[in-house]
Amino acid sequence: MEVDEVYFSSELDEAEGEQIEALKAASQESIPDPDKWLDEELKRNILLTSVDAVLDWARRSSLWTAFCLPACCAFEFLATEASRFDLSRFGMEIIRASPRQADLMLTAGTLTWKMAPQVKRIYDQMAEPKWVIAMGACAISGGIFRSSYSVVPGYNRLIPVDVYVPGCPPRPEALIYGIRMLQQKIARESIVEGK
Amino acid sequence: MVGKSKAMEAAKEIVIKTEPFVVNFGPAHPSTHGVFRMRMTLDGEVIVDMEPVFGYLHRGIEKLAEERTYTGCIPLTDRMDYLASMSNNFAYVLAVEKLAGIPVPERAEYIRVIMAELQRIASHLIAVGAFLNDCGAFMTPFVYMLREREKILDLFDMVCGQRLTYNYMRVGGVSQDIPDEFIPALKKFLKEMPGWINEYERLLKENEILLARAKGVGILSRELAINISASGPVLRGSGVKWDIRRADPYSIYDRFDFDIPTGTVGDCYDRYRVRIEEMRQSLRILRQAMKGLPPGEARSDVPHLIRPPVGEAYARIEAPKGELGFYLVSDNSIAPYRFHVRAPALINLTALSDMMRGWKIADAIIIFGSIDICMGEVDR
Amino acid sequence: MTLALSGKEIAKQIEKQFPGSVVESTADSLLVKAESLLEIAGYLKSTRGLDFDYLTAITAVDFLDYFEVDYLLTSLRRNHSLLVKTRCYGRENPTLPSVVSLWRGADFQEREIYDLFGISFEGHPNLKRIFLWDGFQGHPLRKDFL
Repeated sequence: MEVDEVYFSSELDEAEGEQIEALKAASQESIPDPDKWLDEELKRNILLTSVDAVLDWARRSSLWTAFCLPACCAFEFLATEASRFDLSRFGMEIIRASPRQADLMLTAGTLTWKMAPQVKRIYDQMAEPKWVIAMGACAISGGIFRSSYSVVPGYNRLIPVDVYVPGCPPRPEALIYGIRMLQQKIARESIVEGK
Repeated sequence: MVGKSKAMEAAKEIVIKTEPFVVNFGPAHPSTHGVFRMRMTLDGEVIVDMEPVFGYLHRGIEKLAEERTYTGCIPLTDRMDYLASMSNNFAYVLAVEKLAGIPVPERAEYIRVIMAELQRIASHLIAVGAFLNDCGAFMTPFVYMLREREKILDLFDMVCGQRLTYNYMRVGGVSQDIPDEFIPALKKFLKEMPGWINEYERLLKENEILLARAKGVGILSRELAINISASGPVLRGSGVKWDIRRADPYSIYDRFDFDIPTGTVGDCYDRYRVRIEEMRQSLRILRQAMKGLPPGEARSDVPHLIRPPVGEAYARIEAPKGELGFYLVSDNSIAPYRFHVRAPALINLTALSDMMRGWKIADAIIIFGSIDICMGEVDR
Repeated sequence: MTLALSGKEIAKQIEKQFPGSVVESTADSLLVKAESLLEIAGYLKSTRGLDFDYLTAITAVDFLDYFEVDYLLTSLRRNHSLLVKTRCYGRENPTLPSVVSLWRGADFQEREIYDLFGISFEGHPNLKRIFLWDGFQGHPLRKDFL
């Protein structure tokens, strides 16, 4: 069975290349942090109702991560998941392969321009409410690879990031601290203005 | 009875027309260890052809190294095969020492061997754990092996303060001497580890499901393995007894007594057994190295900015994934002129489409897992 | 211990077989002409006594005037190694014959050299970019990139 009868790999490669170049051209500025989007007026008027309190408790206590583990930080994340630094006590031991069933994207690794459209697609497919933790130096700013020709200088060029966890790679204790910070941020949210 | 056999005869006559289709095994997939993409052409569930696509983690390390000093390139080498950072550091500093002719004190050699063998065990634990995860033993062996790996990471933490990307070896030795608590902790680890390996084996070695899934699957013949320049457990699983620690000993490996496990057929089960046995042999080397550790300096006197003479050097080690080599070209400046890595994971993948042809998708995952790659090294 | 064969000794053998193909030889390496690369590689692989059945690595270096491509060969049977170099001149479209027909391990490595340096390999079954995406301008590891 000839492969060429089924698909032309050069066509697929060209299409992918065009997609990458288009995304690269569109991502020259960092996306500002989500908190800054809130109107000042609206910020002062937020009161959490009891419905909010319950919803926020439910959301922050069972954050399920989407699968986005390119590089070295992935193994610190897996170590955090494992029996010693148990993430199960935060309700987070599930890593969902399908982004539809996830609400947290923990970006663990360097992002290259070739991978960027795939990560953007995963983020877009996640259902609201969703949060992003940028884990590690490469996710925050490109890290040690910042001056490279193929590395995106930080995930916030593509997707809005809520919490930044520095380190190369961050220790599991640092990652858990970052997750706690995100949980505190979720605790302050109200369903009135949405996410 | 008669009617049934007639129906069966008739059924054999029917020819069902099928059409192959392409499935993308995308870069973000839980079973591909890292960001690896495969375009599979399938006929039903059987793989007819497979095209691997790399580059999703290409960070340009070889280009970045040209603007950093020789010592400054060591953190870059950590991040290539991030599951075996000590080995990467080791190969790189061996290359620089060969290029510049820098001697290494005895104590530093022993410390390097201890670190390299501990790293081999840690890397094989993840390799075997992920392989068993793919085979269907969902998470249990993986989590057990991560527990053992934590003990090794504690030892590394004691020595250099880092759990994953160590940046520990330097040109001319290691960056700092081992603390006093290290040897007792290592003794304790060496006493307990053989028991843990036996624990894994008890449930898995003769396990029917593992044998059914891995024996005879993804065979890499001896001739093909040599032709594609495979190395490490992939080459030894196919029956070729080639281990750089024995064939071309570097550092002080000629002083140690250890066996080289090899497979017979070259299927996934053989590669898995080779890795388990290599862990046991590493424990053997560790005991000998610990006993023979001499007092002395941990690093020889090296100038702050190393300026090797014009020339080139190739140094290689037996990394957990295969033959890891560094080819350095120097033009007498403080940065390397050319920094090339001979990545074992990339070269071991050459025959992947041959190994997968004719198997089903579920087997493809196992075949891929048994080669044990790390995308940081494949893509650099 | 893997014996690194002397370039000078092998050069004598190769000159006898393929006169005029060796440009230079030192104790560590052997520099051959690009046109005779494939036949020399075949000779090194098939001759008894040399038996270079294992291609350790192929790499390229950009020396501004020329590109130098290095082939590190090993023999598993005899446990010796050799470094063979060749040069190709010109920045526009340098080409070399591909050794994939002899050692399949050259497949991805030659694609990598094509991707990062721009050197084409004649006879390679699938020469296209491997790490960078289709549409990337330039060849990053050249000294005049960026």
